[in-house]
Amino acid sequence: MEPIVQYKDIHKSFGDTHVLKGINLDIRPSEKIAIIGPSGSGKTTIIRLLMTLEEPTDGDIIVDGTNLWKMEAGGDGKMKKANEKHLSKVRNEIGMVFQHFNLFPHKTILDNCVTPLVQVRKMSKKDAVELSRQMLDRVGLNDKYEAYPSHLSGGQKQRVAMARALVMKPKIMLFDEVTSALDPELVGEVLEVIRDLADNEDMAMVLVTHEMDFALEVADRVLFLDGGVIAESGTADEVINTSDNPRLQDFLRRFRDA
Amino acid sequence: MFDSALNILTYLSQGLWTTVSIFLTAALFSYIMAFIAGLSRMMKNPIIRGVTAFYVEVFRGTSLIVQLFWLYYAVPILFDIHLGSNWWVGVIAIALNYGAYMSEVVRTSILAVDKGQTEAAIALNLSPVQRMRHIILPQALRLMLPEFGNYSIQILKGTALVSLIGLTDILYYGDIYRSTNLSEGPLAYLMVLIMYFIIALPLIWLSKKGEKIARKGVAS
Ligand SMILES: Nc1ncnc2c1ncn2[C@@H]1O[C@H](COP(=O)(O)OP(=O)(O)OP(=O)(O)O)[C@@H](O)[C@H]1O
Ligand SMILES: [Mg+2]
Repeated sequence: MEPIVQYKDIHKSFGDTHVLKGINLDIRPSEKIAIIGPSGSGKTTIIRLLMTLEEPTDGDIIVDGTNLWKMEAGGDGKMKKANEKHLSKVRNEIGMVFQHFNLFPHKTILDNCVTPLVQVRKMSKKDAVELSRQMLDRVGLNDKYEAYPSHLSGGQKQRVAMARALVMKPKIMLFDEVTSALDPELVGEVLEVIRDLADNEDMAMVLVTHEMDFALEVADRVLFLDGGVIAESGTADEVINTSDNPRLQDFLRRFRDA
Repeated sequence: MFDSALNILTYLSQGLWTTVSIFLTAALFSYIMAFIAGLSRMMKNPIIRGVTAFYVEVFRGTSLIVQLFWLYYAVPILFDIHLGSNWWVGVIAIALNYGAYMSEVVRTSILAVDKGQTEAAIALNLSPVQRMRHIILPQALRLMLPEFGNYSIQILKGTALVSLIGLTDILYYGDIYRSTNLSEGPLAYLMVLIMYFIIALPLIWLSKKGEKIARKGVAS
């Protein structure tokens, strides 16, 4: 199957820090990918590039056949930097859930979902409310439609954030350490939702996570990011049990000990 | 004593409408200027940004009274620009002056909204205008309210300067009263104070309310 996302020799620097040094990655439709790696290795940066929150220093990202950061300048096939309109077209296919939820605090949780549907998808208010309710029900928040985010627990907030991303029906969903800001007892309820999505949705999912056991369980493929490149890639079993990469072994050992 | 106090109040109230009408109009225009300049200063276009920065710094860096005299005496002669009656000159000078100050409130409040809000809005594919209108501004507005309240009270106080370009506001009538009843001078000015304070009361109340609203409902 054609990949839905392709990273082609992606580089990213922040000032003098060369964070990503040639990332090549194909993501197939409906594939579930987990990205693991030491802190500061660039896991967040990889998915922020796809969400158009950072711009690559070099290389191409192709989404569903379209170059994300470049567009044709004229009839001569030359490419120039993508403008907002071009980015917006590609963004429609991608959704993201953040470490710190980033819910809109001035809106009810229902309106957190309804606003983008009405504004971006141009859905009628009535349909938007119905779809939003369905999605909030699915993540277990059927009694909180009119609550404001400040009245929710961290786990509830993160589940709202997932519902908000899901109503937009992205083809690719990105999760950036979505449980690491949560109290330990609330992690389970959020992972439960992700597991449900991984099992029942055919969108592609990319999970950046420190929840190693969970990642290995739901992911079709695990990437170990180290030194600015994808140092290991394979099924959970391959990466954990058959890789002899010493830095990966070291990384995994530290997790087991913790 | 009580009689003459009441007497003075009645006399001063001839200037009440001038003060209130200038205050309300100038306040409205300062808010508008504040948003135009505050948002312009955050635009990508360097020319718009530069022109706005120039306006803001010039009007913050010079005093309102000098600006008032400029608009009233200098601009018509130098540039042949006539701003209409002295009422309008007063309104425009105050609006430009406080608009410059308040534009900084607009700008810093927008910048104070958590970056994660913009990122979430981008992830949901809201356009730049939609992000501003539905996500950032509603939160920034809450942050602005207390400062806007404070500045509104200052605008009211600033209107007293328009008596210097011949407008018949409360202070003007206070001056007239004193010059004809010299012995009652202190009492006349006490009444002027009281009158301004009474007009300011609702503003003080509003800005307190603004502070309460500001304390909730913002990601920062
Ligand atoms: N906006 C930025 N400006 C400057 N440096 C940045 C920026 N964003 C990331 N970096 C740097 O890039 C490197 C990679 O950051 P990134 O957040 O992608 O790592 P990560 O693998 O997600 O780490 P963690 O596990 O701690 O979340 C880090 O050294 C970080 O300091
Ligand atoms: Mg990270």
